[in-house]
Order: sequence, then structure tokens, then C-alpha cells
Amino acid sequence: MSALTFSLRAPPDQRLDLSPLTPQNLAGKAVAEIERIELQTTRVRITAGDVFRIRDGAPAAIVIEGGSARFDRVAMGLAAGSIRVDGEVGAQAGRLMSGGQLTIHGHAGPFAGSGMKGGTLDIGGDADERLGGPLSGETVGMSGGILHVRGDAGERVGDRLRRGFILVEGRAGAYAGSRMIAGTLAVGGEAGDLPGYLMGRGTILLGQGAALLSPTFGDCGEYELVATRLLANHIAQTSAKLADLFRRPLRRLAGDLAALGKGEILLPRT
Amino acid sequence: MPELTANGIAIDDTFAEAFDMRATAIIITAPTERWAVQAAETMTGFATSVIGCGCEGGVESARSPDETPDGRPGVRVLLFAVSTAELQKQLQNRVGQCVLTSPGSACYAGLDSGDDKLKLGDAIRFFGDGWQIAKRLGDRRYWRVPVMDGEFVCESTTYLTKKAVGGGNLIVMGDSPAKTLHATEAAVEAMRKVAEVIMPFPGGIARSGSKVGSKYKGASASTNDSYCPTLKGAVDSALSPEIGSVLEIVIDGLTSEAVANAMRAGLAAIVGAGNYGGKLGRHHYHLKDLLP
Repeated sequence: MSALTFSLRAPPDQRLDLSPLTPQNLAGKAVAEIERIELQTTRVRITAGDVFRIRDGAPAAIVIEGGSARFDRVAMGLAAGSIRVDGEVGAQAGRLMSGGQLTIHGHAGPFAGSGMKGGTLDIGGDADERLGGPLSGETVGMSGGILHVRGDAGERVGDRLRRGFILVEGRAGAYAGSRMIAGTLAVGGEAGDLPGYLMGRGTILLGQGAALLSPTFGDCGEYELVATRLLANHIAQTSAKLADLFRRPLRRLAGDLAALGKGEILLPRT
Repeated sequence: MPELTANGIAIDDTFAEAFDMRATAIIITAPTERWAVQAAETMTGFATSVIGCGCEGGVESARSPDETPDGRPGVRVLLFAVSTAELQKQLQNRVGQCVLTSPGSACYAGLDSGDDKLKLGDAIRFFGDGWQIAKRLGDRRYWRVPVMDGEFVCESTTYLTKKAVGGGNLIVMGDSPAKTLHATEAAVEAMRKVAEVIMPFPGGIARSGSKVGSKYKGASASTNDSYCPTLKGAVDSALSPEIGSVLEIVIDGLTSEAVANAMRAGLAAIVGAGNYGGKLGRHHYHLKDLLP
């Protein structure tokens, strides 16, 4: 059976909450029922049928043809199955997802993968600020799964990261890995100012260093570590480029010594 | 005792008996094969018999770099004990004293499933004094413990199996010590190629086979006098007049089938198997069923 497909009719007039369009939520629903699902975020009612032409298919695999920066909360809470978006998405794509696969063939807005607990989130373009991070009032960001960005990431990528992998092929903005609790963040390009700001534990790999490194990280010297070989093997299927960086001799900076100080920034030999 | 012959070698029509054990496996890697073997042999050196060592252990097989988690040369070590608690204690002490201390080593689970889990890195991590780091990769968790040559990486847990079998044996008899040792060495060499078994005694061979019980209080086992050639004329000997030397190969396996496979391989060179009158265990390996 082919995928359940949503084709965008026209750019939406307001921000939309696409969180109801997940496999677990649409299982067993007829197309007519799905068309009646409300997606508005203002007082103007708008349904899935207004926004999309819907082609019936297996809800375990959902395809959204056409994207918009106004598509918020795509795949929020995804637990199993797959969702593919052929286009860009707005804020909080993949927020709180615990399993399955979300693929975005375009850019993602802020808070993509916010608080995700499992599964795989693949962003083909760039990701805006606070990738994987917590919303206001939450204490923990991403806590599991793999978040892969093929382009660049904005500021505070991996804020309050607790577990799992954030893999950014391109550059990252300022404060990458800020307040990290644990987990692994890898950035292929250069990071902005002060990566690892107030991180407690965890690993940040910076393929091309940072614009400004904090003086609260202590240089521990250069090593070829067994643990980073294991990391490389684990992510090799997702990103051969970042896996290769983990296999190089790595300069280890311990920090943030202004906080717990049991984290590390790893700088590959160039 | 009725005899069979194969290629001129007399095979007693008897059986070896063995008993149930708990077992676990780990994979030790190092920068070179030499240091992986060194760590493994240090860990399993004093692990010949549960009677005095708490466990029985040995190197099961070598692992090439593409067969280990970290892409370095390694070996797989098997450890056998009579209880889960004792197996946990022996694993923890031996990895802590012999693998953690060995240059460049790392240590991983050697069983991917089993009846229960044992602590591996979870027991060793405290050596890091707070500087240890955990990394979860998929469903596996690893500890990184800072040590003087870098980091000791150790998987958090390994599995144990309750289906293991210990104490399977072959007894090799010859007219001289040299000939007997030669034949037994050949048997051990063949048996080392069998998966999921170890021969825990020195070089795989024991020369002091024991019987159950003793004339002395407090000794649970004593020399198997009916197999000692120098007592042939003094006791009710099991040995025929031409036998001048007896050696034993003890086999521990993760499964009963593995023990049988090892005995089958060893029988290509042998000989006669010892039994203890049915007092030791429920697994009986009849040599006539294992002949090549």
C-alpha cells in the first residue's frame, strides 16, 4: 500500500499546527475524517482538507508534498512509522518524538527535535535556533535518538541535551551545546562563539573549531581514543563525514569548568 | 571395561560426566593482539577449577579487528562458575585487576543475549573516582574511565547463560609421559578450534585428576588413585599394566552441544574418558557416540 499523502493546495494564511498528522493519530481514520481535522492556530478555522489534497494510503508512512515555514509541530510526538516532508517546515518539527523517522527535505524552523526521546530526525536543509532544545520552563532538551542536519544549525543547538546524537554537517551558531547535561553533539563546520557554554557533561566535536572558545575549557592534549572509534562506528551510517572526524586524533578540552566541568570539546587534527 | 579401537587407539566404552554451570563471555581488545592475549591470559591464569579459584576461565578464540566493537585485535574469554553471585564476583575482580590494568585494553560483552545480565563496566566504573563518563550508543552503554595511558573503555554489562556445562573430560593414557603428553597436546590443539568451549587447565591439560572425597576431613576432593600409574599395584587400579602416564582434558562449554563437539574433536587423537561413578553430574558423554 502506498503512503498516505498530503499535497499542499496553496501557502497557508496562518501558522498551522500539524501535530495531529502522525501515524498513531491517523491509524484507522478514513480520508473524510482526516480532512475534517482542524489545524488552525488562530480563531479562523482551517482543516486538513482545506490545506491539503489527501490521497489515501497506509498511515504508517505519511508524505507531505510541499512545505511552508508556517508548518509548525510537524510529527510532534511521533512514536513509530515515518513522515516525510518535501519542503520546509516551521517551529518544533519532531518535538517530543519517541520513535520512527521524520525526514524533512528543506529547512526547519526553531526548536526542531525539541525534547525528542528517540527515533531519527533528518533535516535536509538548515535548522534554526535551539535545535533539540527545551521550551521555556522545561529543564531537559533532547534525551535520545539521532538528529541529523545536512546544512547549518542556528544558535544554541543542543541546548540542555541529555542523551542521543545531534549531527550537524555544516556550521553551528553561537552557544552550541549550551548547558548540555550529557549526550553527543557533532558539528562538521565552524561553530560560533562559546560552544559548550556551561555544559556539565557530554561530548561536543567541532570539525573546524569555533569563532571564540571559552577560557573555561582546559586543554587536555591530543589523543586517539577508543571511545571515539565506537562513536564513529555508531554514526557512520548516518554521516560518513562526521564519523571520519571522530576517527582522527582529537584535542580534548575539558569543561565547562565554570559549571560541573565533566564535559569535553573535541577538536580533530586538520 | 569393554574396549573399542580406532586407528589402533583403544577407546574405553565409557562416558564422561559433567554438570550445569553459569557462564559469561567478554571480548577484550588492545592496540595489538599480543596485549589483548596478555590481558586475557592474566585474567584467566588462576582460573583452572571452581574448587580453588572460584571460577574456570580461558581464551575461547581470537577476534580479528573487523570482529570487535572498536576495530582493534581482540580475544573472547569465557568464565564459568557455580552460581550467578560467584560469577559476578569473579568477573568483577578479574576484569578490575587484570584487564583494567593491562595497557591499552578495552572490554566488551561477549554474549549478546542470555538468561540474565552481569555488571561489567558498571562494577569497574567507580575506579574513575567521578571522572568516568558513560556513553550510550543504541542499546549499548559504555564507560570511559580515565587511566594513566588514556581511557579504559568498558561496556556496562554482559550476559550470562545458565545452560553452560562444566567438567566434561577426556582422559588420555599412554605408556610413557612423553607419548601421553604428545597425544594430549594434539587433542587440545584440535579442541581449541571448537567454538564456545575452553579447556581451563594449564595449556588445556590437567595431570592431577581428582576423585570425590578424601580420607582427610575437610578435603572435598583428592588424587584419583585408581588412575595414578605409580599406585597400579597398590590400589584397585583402573589402569592396565602397560599404562605409564595419564592426563586429563577438562572441557567447559556454553552449551552441552559445544562440549560434545570439543570431545568429538579431541577424540580424533585419543583415548579413554574418565568418569566419577555418576556422582558429579547429569551430562554423560558416551565416547562410542562421539567417535569420528
